[in-house]
Amino acid sequence: MTSAPQPVLRLEGVRFRWPGQPEDLIDIDDLTLEAGEHLFVRGASGSGKTTLLNLLAGVHTPTSGVVRLLGTDLSELSASRRDQFRADHIGVIFQQFNLLPYLTTLENVTLACAFSDRKRDRAAQDVDVNTTARRLLEALNLVGELHTAPVNKLSVGQQQRVAVARALIGGPEILIADEPTSALDADNRDRFLDLLFREAEAQNCTLVFVSHDPQLADRFTRSIELVSPADDMGLAS
Amino acid sequence: MNLLRIALKSARFRRTSLLLTVFTIAISVTLLLGVDKIRKESKSSLLNTVSQTDLIVGARSSPTNLLLYSVFRIGNATNNVTWETYQSIASQEEVAWTIPISLGDSHRGFRVMGTNSDYFDFYQYGERRSLVVGSGERFEDVYDTVLGADVANELGYSLGDEITISHGLVSADFAEHDDKPFTVVGILDKTGTPVDRTVHVSLAGIEAIHVDWQGGGRSSVTLNAEQALQLDLTPTSITAFLVGLENRAETFRVQRQINDFPDEPMSAILPGATLAEFWRTISTIEQVLFVISGFVLIVGLLGMLTTILSTLNERRREIAVLRSIGARASHVISLILLETLLVVTAGCVAGVGLLYALLAVARPIVTNRTGVNLAITWLDSTQLSIMGAVIVGAVFVALIPGIIAYRRSIQDGLALKV
Repeated sequence: MTSAPQPVLRLEGVRFRWPGQPEDLIDIDDLTLEAGEHLFVRGASGSGKTTLLNLLAGVHTPTSGVVRLLGTDLSELSASRRDQFRADHIGVIFQQFNLLPYLTTLENVTLACAFSDRKRDRAAQDVDVNTTARRLLEALNLVGELHTAPVNKLSVGQQQRVAVARALIGGPEILIADEPTSALDADNRDRFLDLLFREAEAQNCTLVFVSHDPQLADRFTRSIELVSPADDMGLAS
Repeated sequence: MNLLRIALKSARFRRTSLLLTVFTIAISVTLLLGVDKIRKESKSSLLNTVSQTDLIVGARSSPTNLLLYSVFRIGNATNNVTWETYQSIASQEEVAWTIPISLGDSHRGFRVMGTNSDYFDFYQYGERRSLVVGSGERFEDVYDTVLGADVANELGYSLGDEITISHGLVSADFAEHDDKPFTVVGILDKTGTPVDRTVHVSLAGIEAIHVDWQGGGRSSVTLNAEQALQLDLTPTSITAFLVGLENRAETFRVQRQINDFPDEPMSAILPGATLAEFWRTISTIEQVLFVISGFVLIVGLLGMLTTILSTLNERRREIAVLRSIGARASHVISLILLETLLVVTAGCVAGVGLLYALLAVARPIVTNRTGVNLAITWLDSTQLSIMGAVIVGAVFVALIPGIIAYRRSIQDGLALKV
């Protein structure tokens, strides 16, 4: 995929508003992200950060415009095909509560392969899926005894790293992170970001990172700011 | 990891509330199947009260009334059949056997029935089962009596005991045939039919205790037991009689012939048909019971609905996580439906287990008390369709939370509302 000519992500004239809303919540004329680029999306609450992520992940479709991932126009796909596209090519990390409490750490990671044959095949390319998951967890500083532990025994920082492992297993091209550090203190946040970047780059994965914290912007190659429609301007670079 | 495994693990995580739901459904299923079982057993027990008898003949009355007093010892005959008429029908060549029945007296709440030894030879109930004089023997003498199993058991009689028969159906001191006591010579085995609650004596015995009676009271001339034996004790009339034919195909012809009998108005009924008709009138009670258990099931399903709905909020995160890794909205519905299927199937299995456990415990008690044989059989088609209906109903009920979760998951997208 790295040698593919088309950009990883391309938004053209993307507008989105909820039914009944007077103004567009999202209004992005043009945004292109090449492979290996990392995008920082900054915005206050209510500025449409989560809506943008839902558009990128194919959960919602724009009111107008084109969201193109890896050359595929998402709005041309049916809802279930978009879900499958997400399963195959995207990893998602939430702010918190990424993990299913009834699964072990390891099961939470391999869960990503449950809905995607592509991810499962790629994770099982050299070794089996579980070994790949364990290697990822260890790369993220989660030692072996935590792998079979119930996830509620893990600290918040550890849980977020498990979420990274799940988002990365099977080598998705795009990683979407929605304020994954907001529940972490400064020390933990920096270490988390170090690991996140290291592993994303190891897999040559494009990162789209949303946060309200402008301090983080320096670490990214690209940065945009979302402005809530009340403040007029839709997008500022 | 497939969806079923996820559903299983998720359900195990919330097992306390789900187990309670399983238990509720199990009880509803047990109740439904149990009522169905009782209905069938009591129906077959009732329909088997008398068998192999082709016709029951008595004075003209409604078929149900004739059936009630001749077989169930309930109610009274409106009139008697004269001995001559009985003899003339009994001697017809189509008739294989007859059992005369003479009713009207009682002993401490149990009906007394006069008959002859043909009763022991030809009376059958259930699947061609004959009466068995378990202890003692049949009556030979005028003042001999053979007791039904319940009579002997409840009143504590054994062979050789003397009993007094009361005139009419209500025991009263002034109407006791105490001058002519009867001796218990035999006790019948339990049949589970009204025979168990009957005191059997010979027709001559019935005659003997009434020789010095006129209408409802004693006549001025009294004869003691010995003196009565000197008289001709052939009855002048009987209450009813059972008929067995040489050839069953003749049943309707003989029935018509008896109904049209010129000398005396009589009714001849087919016991099977009348029993079935009688069952239809009393089965309303069982139907009501069935409807009530249906409502219990509905309550159980609503309880399940409540449980599932109440977990939807706490499962919102779970569903958002699954959506983020590519689960479709239809997977979300499937997850809810799978969980429901698990719960309701477990409920059905537990319910059936509970039913058989109850049957195993109740069986000896029921057989002992009522004579009804609670057969422990594999589930029949009705019971399987009851369970099928329960499962289908549950899945339909679960569509409500399923659709709610589906719509919510589309609305929420990947936003985790905490």
